[in-house]
Amino acid sequence: MTTTTAASASLAKAKETPVFYVADEHDHPEGASTLLGFWLYLMSDCLVFAVLFATYGVLSSSYAAGPSPKELFDLPLVAVNTSMLLLSSITYGFAVLEMQKKNVNAMLFWLVVTGLFGAAFLGIELYEFAHMIHEGATPQRSAFLSSFFTLVGTHGLHVTFGIIWMITLITQVWRFGLIEANKRRLLCLSMFWHFLDVVWIGVFTFVYLMGVLR
Amino acid sequence: MFDNPELMKAIFGRLTLEALPFHEPILVATFAVVAIGGVALVGALTYFKLWGYLWTEWFTSVDHKRIGVMYIVLALVMLLRGFADAIMMRAQQAMAFNGSEGYLPAHHFDQIFTAHGVIMIFFVAMPFVTGLMNFVVPLQIGARDVAFPFLNNFSFWMTAVGAALVMVSLFVGEFARTGWLSYPPLSNLAYSPDVGVDYYIWSLQVAGVGTLLSGVNLIATIVKMRAPGMTLMKMPVFTWTALCTNILIVAAFPVLTGVLALLSLDRYVGTNFFTNDFGGNAMMYVNLIWIWGHPEVYILILPAFGVFSEVVSTFSGKRLFGYTSMVYATVVITILSYLVWLHHFFTMGSGASVNSFFGITTMIISIPTGAKMFNWLFTMYRGRIRFEVPMLWTIAFMLTFVVGGMTGVLLAVPPADFVLHNSLFLIAHFHNVIIGGVVFGSFAGITYWFPKAFGFKLDPFWGKMSFWFWVTGFWFAFTPLYVLGLMGVTRRLRVFDDPSLQIWFVIAAFGGILIAIGIASFFVQLAVSIKNRDKLRDVTGDPWNGRTLEWSTSSPPPAYNFAFTPVIHDNDAWWDMKKRGYQRPLEGYKAIHMPSNTAAGIILAGLSGITAFALIWHIWWLVIVGFVALIGTAIGHTFNYHRSFHFPREQVVKAERERTQLLQTVRA
Amino acid sequence: MKPYRIFALLPLLALLGGCNAIVLNPAGDVAMQQRDLVVISTVLMLLIIIPVMALTVFFAWRYRQSNTSAPYDPDWDHSTHLELVIWAAPLLIIICLGAITWMATHLLDPFRPIARTAPGQTVARETKPLKVEVVALDWKWLFIYPDYGIATVNEMAAPVGQPIHFRISASSVMNAFYVPALAGMIYAMPGMQTQLNAVINKPGDFKGFSTNYSGDGFSKMRFDFLAKNDADFGKWVSDIKAAGGNLGRTEYLELERPSEGVPVKKFANVDPNLFHLIVNLCVQPGKMCMHEMAAIDAKGGLGLAGADLVQRIEYDKSARRGSAPVLAKAYVASVCTTNAPMGMEMTEVQQPAPVSSTPLQGAGLPRPGTTFQSFAPRPSNS
Repeated sequence: MTTTTAASASLAKAKETPVFYVADEHDHPEGASTLLGFWLYLMSDCLVFAVLFATYGVLSSSYAAGPSPKELFDLPLVAVNTSMLLLSSITYGFAVLEMQKKNVNAMLFWLVVTGLFGAAFLGIELYEFAHMIHEGATPQRSAFLSSFFTLVGTHGLHVTFGIIWMITLITQVWRFGLIEANKRRLLCLSMFWHFLDVVWIGVFTFVYLMGVLR
Repeated sequence: MFDNPELMKAIFGRLTLEALPFHEPILVATFAVVAIGGVALVGALTYFKLWGYLWTEWFTSVDHKRIGVMYIVLALVMLLRGFADAIMMRAQQAMAFNGSEGYLPAHHFDQIFTAHGVIMIFFVAMPFVTGLMNFVVPLQIGARDVAFPFLNNFSFWMTAVGAALVMVSLFVGEFARTGWLSYPPLSNLAYSPDVGVDYYIWSLQVAGVGTLLSGVNLIATIVKMRAPGMTLMKMPVFTWTALCTNILIVAAFPVLTGVLALLSLDRYVGTNFFTNDFGGNAMMYVNLIWIWGHPEVYILILPAFGVFSEVVSTFSGKRLFGYTSMVYATVVITILSYLVWLHHFFTMGSGASVNSFFGITTMIISIPTGAKMFNWLFTMYRGRIRFEVPMLWTIAFMLTFVVGGMTGVLLAVPPADFVLHNSLFLIAHFHNVIIGGVVFGSFAGITYWFPKAFGFKLDPFWGKMSFWFWVTGFWFAFTPLYVLGLMGVTRRLRVFDDPSLQIWFVIAAFGGILIAIGIASFFVQLAVSIKNRDKLRDVTGDPWNGRTLEWSTSSPPPAYNFAFTPVIHDNDAWWDMKKRGYQRPLEGYKAIHMPSNTAAGIILAGLSGITAFALIWHIWWLVIVGFVALIGTAIGHTFNYHRSFHFPREQVVKAERERTQLLQTVRA
Repeated sequence: MKPYRIFALLPLLALLGGCNAIVLNPAGDVAMQQRDLVVISTVLMLLIIIPVMALTVFFAWRYRQSNTSAPYDPDWDHSTHLELVIWAAPLLIIICLGAITWMATHLLDPFRPIARTAPGQTVARETKPLKVEVVALDWKWLFIYPDYGIATVNEMAAPVGQPIHFRISASSVMNAFYVPALAGMIYAMPGMQTQLNAVINKPGDFKGFSTNYSGDGFSKMRFDFLAKNDADFGKWVSDIKAAGGNLGRTEYLELERPSEGVPVKKFANVDPNLFHLIVNLCVQPGKMCMHEMAAIDAKGGLGLAGADLVQRIEYDKSARRGSAPVLAKAYVASVCTTNAPMGMEMTEVQQPAPVSSTPLQGAGLPRPGTTFQSFAPRPSNS
C-alpha cells in the first residue's frame, strides 16, 4: 500500500504541477443565485400551503352542525374569480415577453393590467368573505370554516403582497429602466405570481369544486 | 389619563404594571443582576468608544465569517440562560420531597421547563450549528461569501430578536407554561389565557423566518458557488452535512410556521383548529408539529456529524474512511427523517400497524448512523491520533452517542415506549443524543475553527478542564434519569412523594453542578486564550495540519477569503495542494467584487421584534405602525441598487504581502 | 418467554440493587411482556454497541501519536469488504428487532383484548373483563365502574387475575393514564376515547398518575391502584355502595372544576350515561353532543340555519387556570328530537368481542371468520 502511494506521488510530481487557482478571474455576475434562491423560497411557501391544504383536508367535513360548502359556495362567482387570476397570469406572461424585447412602456402596461386583474380577484374574494360572514358563516363557527378562511385567506394575502410588490417594481422600472437588477426582480415576481396561480388551481379544485360536489 | 381604563387599554393593550414580576423575588434578583450587567456592558462599550466599531464592523456586516461568530456568541449567551433554567429545575426536583414544595411554585417551575426546552433547541443548538455552517461553508467551498449576504445578516438578527423576545418574557409578563411544543388544548386560549404562549409563538415565528432564510441562503451558496473542480462528490463532508441540514430546514420550518400560525389564529381570532368544541382536532397539531420536530433533531445533529468527520480525519492524519458511504448515509438520514414523526406519540392510540411502521422506520435510521460511527472508527484505525481538544470531544461523542442511539432505538419499539414514554428515561435519552452529539460537536467545532476565526488557538488546559467536567457532569446528570425512568418517574414533575427517589435527583443535581463548572471553564478558556493570544498565535493559517480549503487561507481570513479562487482536484483539497507542491501566488492580484455592509437587516429585525411585542400584548396601534414600517423599510431597501463594491487591488496586495512576510518568518 | 426471564434479572441486579424499578419489576402480565421487550431489545443492541465502544477506546489508544510502532496508513480510506460489514451488521440487528417490533406491537396493542392473564393462562371465552371508565379531570382522576354503578376519585381497585378493560378520556386537556405496575400508558384526550386492556397479577397497593403535562396541578395528579383478591374487591365495592353518595351531571360539573391534591372520594351511584356524555363533551345540559354533531355533519350539516346555533358558555370551568379569556367561550347548542329528548341519543356502547385463545399467526391480521370490527374502535372525533 505505502509503496504504491509513494510511486503515485512521484508519478504526480513527474507530471506537470496541476492548476490550483484561477489566475485570470472575472467578477461573478451579481444575483447569479437569485432565481435559485427565490425558487427555494417558493418551495418552502408551497409547504406552508401544503400544511393548510392538509388541515383543510382533515377538517373539511367538521361543520359543527353548521353550514357546509353546498350552502356557502357560489360556483359561478368563484369561476369569475378564477378567470381573473388566470388572465392575470397570461398578462404577466405578456409583460415578460415585452421585457425580453426591451419595450419598457408595453411591459409597464401589461404589468398594470396584471395588477388590475389581481385587484379584481381580491375584490371578489373579499365580497365572498363578507357575504359568508354576514350569513353567520364566520371563521369561528366551525373547524371547516376556520380552515376554509385560513387557506383561501392566506392565498389572498399572498396576492395582496404580490400586488404591493408589483407596484414597487413598476415604480422602479419607471424610474431606473430595465436594468439587470430589475429584470431579475421581474422574473422573481413572475415565478411568485404563477406560483399563486398554481396554488389557486389547487384551491379551486379541492375546496370549491369538491366541496360542492361532495 | 391613568384613570381611564379604556384609554390605557387602547394605548398599552393588556400590558399593565402587574405584568412586571415584582412579587417574585427570584425574578427581581435576576433582573437586578441582568440590569447591572447590562449597564456595565453598555458603560464599558461607551467608555472604550466601541459602539461605532461594533455597528460598522459587526452589526451591519454582511461578512459570513462575522455573522457566523455572532451566531456563536448568541448561542453562548443563551446557553447561560438555558442552563440557569436547568440548574433551577435540578435544584427544585432535588428538594421537593417529604411534603416539601421546593422553592418554585408551579407557575414559575412550568415556565422554566418550557423556556429551557425552547431556548436550548432554538436559541442555543440552532445558532451553534448555523454559526458553524455560516463561518465554515463558504471557506470550505472556496467562495468569497454566501449567495445572499444581506439576507444572511437579516437572518441572524431575526434569530437574535426571537431570542430577545424570550428574554423579555422573563421580566415583562411571563413565558408559556405548556412544555416546549405547546400542545393544544393546553396552549389554547381557554387553558392558557395569558401572554406566555403568545411570547412562545411570536419568538419562534420571528426566529423561524431567520432560520428559513439562512437555509435558503446556504443551499444556494453550496449549489452555486463551489470553486471550480469541486463536484458534489468532492465536497468536504461538513459541507455535505450542511447541505442536507439546510434542505431539511427549508423543507421542515414552513410546517412549524404553518402550525404556529394556526395556533395563533385559534388564540387571536377564535378559530377552531385545535379546540375541543366546534370540530377542532388537537391531534392534528401534535402530528404537524412533529412533522417539523423530528427533522429538526436531524437539522441539529447532521452538522455535528460533519464536524466530527472533519475533526477525526484531521487529527488522525488520515483520509476519512468511506467518504462515499458517509455521504450516502447522510442523504439517507435526510430522507428518512421525514418518515418517523409518529414515534413521538405512539401512546396516542394509533393502530398497531401504524405504530409498528413508524417504529421500524425509526430503527432503520440507526443503520446509516451506525455506518457513520464505523466510518469514524476506521478513520482512526491506522492513523496517528493527536489528542487535541477537538479530538477529545469527538471520542467522548462516539462513546456517549452510541448509548443515546441505543436507548433511542429502544424507545422506537412501541410496546417499550408505552412504559418509557414521557418518563425521565426519555429525557435522559434525548439529552444523551443532543448533548453527546450536538453540544459536544459544537464545542469540538468551536475549538477546531477558533484559530481560523481569530488567528490564535484556544488554551488547551482550560479546554481539557471544560471537556472533562462536561463529560463527567453529563454522565452524573443523566444516568440517574435513566434509572428514574425505569422507576416509572415522569418528566415535568415539580414535587414527589416517594422519598426513595430523592438520592437519584441529588446525584443528577450534582452532575448539573459539574456541567456548570465545565461551562465556566469554557469561558475561562476564552479569557485565558485572549490574554495569552500571542503565545497561542498561529501565523500559518493551518494550525492543525488541516485537509480542507479553509486552512489554505490566512487566520483570520481576509474579508475576501481567497485572493485567487482555488481550483479543486480532491475532496481533501488543501491536503492535496500541500502534497502536490502548491505554491502560493505572489502577484497578479486584482480588485475583488464584494458585498457592502448594510443596516437594513438589523432595522427590519428590530421592527419585527416591535411588531411581535405589540401582538403579544394586544397593542393594536403599535402592531399596525410596526408592520407598516416593516413593509416600508423592506420596500425602501429594494430601492438601494448599490449593494456591492470593489475591494481595491492595493489593499489586496498589501494584505497578501503581509501574509507572505509572516509565512517567511515561520519558515525562517 | 421463560428463558428471557434470566436476562430480565441482569439489569435489575446490576443497576438497581436497592431501588424499586417498577418498570423492570411490574405486577401485571402486560407490563411484564413490555418489560421483556425492553430487555430483549437492549441485549440485542448491546451486541453491536459494546464492540463499537471497545473498538473506539482500543483504536484511540493503539493509534495514539506517540505509539510510533503502530502502522500508519494516511491514504487508506476504502475497503469494500469492511463497508459491507459496517452496513450489514446494523442491518441484521434491525431486521431482528424490526420483526420483534412488528409482532410485539400487534400483540401488545392496548386496544386489543388480552388473550392471557399470565404465561400459559389463556382467557376463557366467556370471561367478562372488569369495565372501568377513566376520566382525567383537572387535576384528579375519576374512575367509573359501570358494572357496579359506582365511581371513585383518585383511587381505583381491581381484582387480581381478572382482565380489565379501560375506556379513557379527559375533560379539558391532554393527559396520559399510566400505572407502571399494570401496563403501559395511553393518552387521555378530551372528546376522544382511548382504551387499555390489562390484568394485575399480584395483590398490592400501586401508584398511578398522569404522564402528560397538563398544567399547574399536574404533579399531584396521582392515584392509588389497589390490586385485591376477589373477596377484598367485593368488600371494597360493597363498602362504597353502603357509604352512599351520588354522581350525576350536576355533581360532575362541580367535580370537573380545576382542583389539586384532591383526597379520595367515593360515590355509590353514578349516572349510567355519564362517561358517554363526558366523551362527547356534553355533560352540560343544552350542549350538543359530539356524536350527534358528527351524525349531523355526515349528512351535510344543518345549513345556514345552523350557523346561529351557538350559545355563550355560562360558566368558565377553566377560570382557575388564569385570568378571564379574552374571547368568550362558546358551544354548539343541542337540537332536541323526539327520540333524543335531552339532545343526545342513548346508544349502546360497543362491547369488544372476547379474543380467541388459539395462537395468533400473521400478527395484526384478523383471523379468518372474524372482521376488524372485533378490534375496538380507534380514538376519533366521533
